[in-house]
This record gives sequence, C-alpha cells and structure tokens, in this order.
Amino acid sequence: MTDFKLQGQPKVVEPTIYELSTPGRTGVTFPDPDVPRAQLPDSMLRGRLPLPELSEADVIRHFVKLSTFNYSVDSGFYPLGSCTMKYNPKINEDAARLPGFTRLHPLQPIETTQGALVLMYQLQEWLKEISGFDAVSLQPAAGAHGELTGVLIMRAYHIHRGDDKRTKMLIPDSAHGTNPASSAMSGLQVVQIPSDERGNVGLDALRAACDETTIGMMLTNPNTLGLFDEHVEEISKIVHEAGGLMYGDGANLNALMGIAKMRDLGFDVMHFNLHKTFSTPHGGGGPGSGPVGVTAELADFLPAPIVDIVEEGNEDLPPLFGLVSPAKTIGRVKSFHGHFGVLVRAFTYIAMHGADGLRKVSEYAVLNANYLLARLRDAYTVPYDRTCMHEFVAEGRFADAPGIHALDIAKRLMDYGFHPPTNYFPLIVHEALMIEPTETENKDTLDAFVEAMLKIADEARSAPDLLHAAPQKTPFGRLDEVKAAKELILCCWLPEDYGNQ
Amino acid sequence: MNIPSDLKYTKSDEWVNPSDGKMGLTDYAQGQLSDIVFVEVLVSVDDTISAGDAIASVESVKAAAEIYAPVGGKVIAVNEDLADAPETMNSDPFGAGWLVQVEISEEGDLMDAAAYEKYCEERE
Repeated sequence: MTDFKLQGQPKVVEPTIYELSTPGRTGVTFPDPDVPRAQLPDSMLRGRLPLPELSEADVIRHFVKLSTFNYSVDSGFYPLGSCTMKYNPKINEDAARLPGFTRLHPLQPIETTQGALVLMYQLQEWLKEISGFDAVSLQPAAGAHGELTGVLIMRAYHIHRGDDKRTKMLIPDSAHGTNPASSAMSGLQVVQIPSDERGNVGLDALRAACDETTIGMMLTNPNTLGLFDEHVEEISKIVHEAGGLMYGDGANLNALMGIAKMRDLGFDVMHFNLHKTFSTPHGGGGPGSGPVGVTAELADFLPAPIVDIVEEGNEDLPPLFGLVSPAKTIGRVKSFHGHFGVLVRAFTYIAMHGADGLRKVSEYAVLNANYLLARLRDAYTVPYDRTCMHEFVAEGRFADAPGIHALDIAKRLMDYGFHPPTNYFPLIVHEALMIEPTETENKDTLDAFVEAMLKIADEARSAPDLLHAAPQKTPFGRLDEVKAAKELILCCWLPEDYGNQ
Repeated sequence: MNIPSDLKYTKSDEWVNPSDGKMGLTDYAQGQLSDIVFVEVLVSVDDTISAGDAIASVESVKAAAEIYAPVGGKVIAVNEDLADAPETMNSDPFGAGWLVQVEISEEGDLMDAAAYEKYCEERE
C-alpha cells in the first residue's frame, strides 16, 4: 500500500535539461562553411524542434550531478537478492578495452581474429567444466534469452525424435517469472508445481503432473528462497522417467561453483548468467550474457555458430579456431557472436580466480548469506528457515507493527545508506525481503547492514512514521510507484503530430 | 477484510455472485497485490468460458496475476471501465471493480464466505 506519498518537495531538485535551456546559448561554434550553403527543400525542414540550448559546461555539470544520484555496487552494499550484485573487478574493463578486441570486426577472416576465437573457445571449455555439460553456446544475450534458447532446444529435441505431444512445462511456484514467460514464448503450457513446507519442490504434486505431455521441468537450484532442493536427484528422476528434460536456471550458480556441477544434479540443459556469476556489469550498467550448456544428446541443437577447432595444429602450428554450425541447430538467436565484450570480462574473471578461486567465491557467498541469516533470524521471520545457500528470504512484516510493510523497510534501509534487498519476490513469502550479500562483502559491511536492519525492526514499533516517510536522506523521497507504472510518457515535449504517427 | 456473505469464493481468490453471475477479485487478493495499475480482460461478450479459464490479467506495483473464472457460462458483460480506472479493483473489489458477468451454466469448486475467511486466515 502506498498511502504515504512524497513528504513535501524533494530536497534536491536538478531541473531537466530542457528547463536549463537558455535561448541562443551554444556548446559548439561551427566555422563558416568553405562551400556555398545549400537550400534544403521545405518539405524536409521541421518547424519545431525544441532541442535544449546549453554550453558544454552546463551539459557536463547536469549529467555529472544526475550521476551522483545513482547508487551502485562501486558506492556501497547492494544485497539485491537473485541479482548477484557482486563487485566487478576493474581489470575486466581493462581487458575488454584492449585494442586487439575493440578494433575487431566479426566479419573479418578468421585467420585475423584467432585471439578472440580462442578466448571464446576457452570460455566455452571453462563453462563446460564448471557445469559438467558437453557443449556450450555463447550466443544468448541475457538470462531470459538463454532460457528461451534452452526451452527451444528441449522442444526441438522432442520433435526431432518424433514426439510432438509434449506441450507442458513444469515450473515450481518459487520460480523467477522469466521461466513461465520463456515457456509461453515457446508455445508451451505452464503447469505450476507447489513447494513443500521445507521450500523444496513438492514431490507428490510433481509426480501427479508428469505424463507423456511433459516436455520437461525448469528448476532453479538453489531456488529463489536461497535453498538447495534436497530432492534434486529424485526430481530429475521423476521428470526423466516421464520422458521429460530438466532445464537448469543458472540464476543462482554463484552458490555452486567448484562444489556441485549442474549436470551431476540431473540437468540436461542450463543457462549461465555471466553478468551475475562472472562479474560483468548489469542492473542498468551493461548488457547481459546468457550462454547455454547442454548434454551430448542435445549438443546438435545448440544455436549456431559455436567456436571450435577447424584445423588441428601440429608441432609447429597452433590449431586454427573457427565457427561451426551444429548439425540440427535451432538457428541463430543473436547477431554475430553474442555480447562479445561481456565474454571478455567473464573470461578475465574466471582466469583471475582459477578453479580454486571460483570455489572460494561460492563458499564465501554462502558463508556471508548464512552469517546474515544467523544474525537476523530473531528479528525477522524467516519462513523456510534452514541453512541457506547464497541468499535467503525474510518476511518484511511484524505482528506487533501492523502498518509496516516490506516496502517501508526497504525504503528505510536507503536512509542508512544501503541498497534495499529485492522485495515482494518470491511470491510464496509474505512481504518478502530477499537478501543476497555475495562474496564481495567483508564482515564489517555485513555487520553494519545487520545493525541497520535491527534498528529498523525497533523503529517499526517505536517510530513507524520514520519508516512510512522513508527515505528522507536520499536526493529524492519516496517515489510514486503507481504514477510511474501508469503514466508512461516521459518526454517534456511532444511533437505536434504525436499520436498521428 | 471484507468478505460479503452472499458471494461464493475460489481458492485462487476470485468471487462470483450466484444470483447475477458477476465475478471479480476478492478484497484479500487486492490487498496482497496492492495498487493495481493495469487490467486486461481476456474474454469478450458472447464467449463461452469454463470454470478455471483465465478471464483477466492484472498488474500491480508488486506483481502480475491471472484471474480465473469461478464458474462457467456465456459472457454477457465485461467491465469496460476498468481499463481506464484499474484502481477501482482496489477501492471497490466487490462492487464497481467487478470484471466479467456470465450466464452461469457450470458450477465451479467454490467456498462460502465462512470457509473463505478461514482459508484467508490460514495463509496469513
């Protein structure tokens, strides 16, 4: 409920760039042309084009000021559950800016792009090793795109073996919304499987839902409650016995690296979120990347092209790397080779850490989450309270503070200088607060966050208005979410004939 | 929480009025969703729907949800006003916030008000 609108005017207001405009002010003066001016046809001239008029310094100051309103993982703790907002090492950026990478064109002859191809090949190999799968495509542009690709592969596999009756995808009620969306986009029907009281997939419901129309199951493990499904092998067995395939949503891979391989847990296909697990910018900071890994049985269906050795090397010559198309490929899902710059960053991250380092990343991510859980579980209700993996979900409500909602707690955390956790997801927890610290944070930061959360739990009883009015210490107060969702036109001005086009 | 005694209810939080065939989303459900900002009715007048069919899709500032028909029958009216004023489903869920009206020809699996109230309490 958003009963509490903005408390007065925002404390800091930066006008829009249109409001800063002064007629006649310019940023750049062009020299007189040394050729005669051409008269443009009247039909091609617009009478009204109200671009703002500012000097270069005005523009720079405006945008630098706006940038200071941002909160980022470079400025503080960002426990946004499910998003794995780990720190992105700056060496990733150095690597992605190497001129040998930035000055390539994907249509160059492969003999001149061997460095990039070797990097992609090696990244495919590393992702295979991390997941246990037999083949990987780096093409998908983001996590949900990887899901769509994986589901299309599952569909192609069944159809190719002459089984076109499989139209139902099983999805737990704790799943990310992208899972049903990817299934629906692939023309499939979604069957929701309820969780049991320990937060695992309900096995009886799963058994009842499985039949000869089951294309497979999409499972995130650990799931969105941050819990490792205790029956994952049994789940795979049930789905496989019905002839279905297991899709692994790699959203929460940050808990498993070097500890468990998705293939060994019974999955047939998965996507990786390079932008989460392998430290590339996301959350408005850059494009994602969602490579897909599959078993040997599904390898022929991967999207084309993938990188492979096209000519074996010998004692004198290294092998020649090139692009190949799997035999029964579902086709291309992205222009050229996916988000190559993101691949360079993820490659750099994996190379920096090595196998032991990646295992430590996961161990610390899990340790940090369990530390927060242990320190907060007395003050906040944790409905599925058992040892968590890389994140956990608490309830943002108190029986003795009935007016307080998860949103109020989230907003109050901003006053204490922290990015709020994910709220109102997963849907199976009331007033959910989903907290994922990642391995990035040290104990001091975690303790400071705990202190803020405990203080807020006290304030919820003693000074609830502080929560309802939060945030007060940020450049802007509480924003009107209803207005933001309903009034979608953001322009300061609209062309006169807008709406006729 | 308001639970009118003359209506019947589903486990997925829809209500239906057995006397005139109007249906909508319950007060409990609108409270869980919080501010509803978008409604799309998925059926049209003269469609024949079955109990359990999706009749509308709603979006709030928190979540998106499908709404299912509590009973089956021929659609005789849909609430056209909701497209421009989806917040009516929050402010008057059992009145002006109704979604679809049908000529009931198929009973669904329904609860009376007392059973529904208990069902809501169990989920708190």
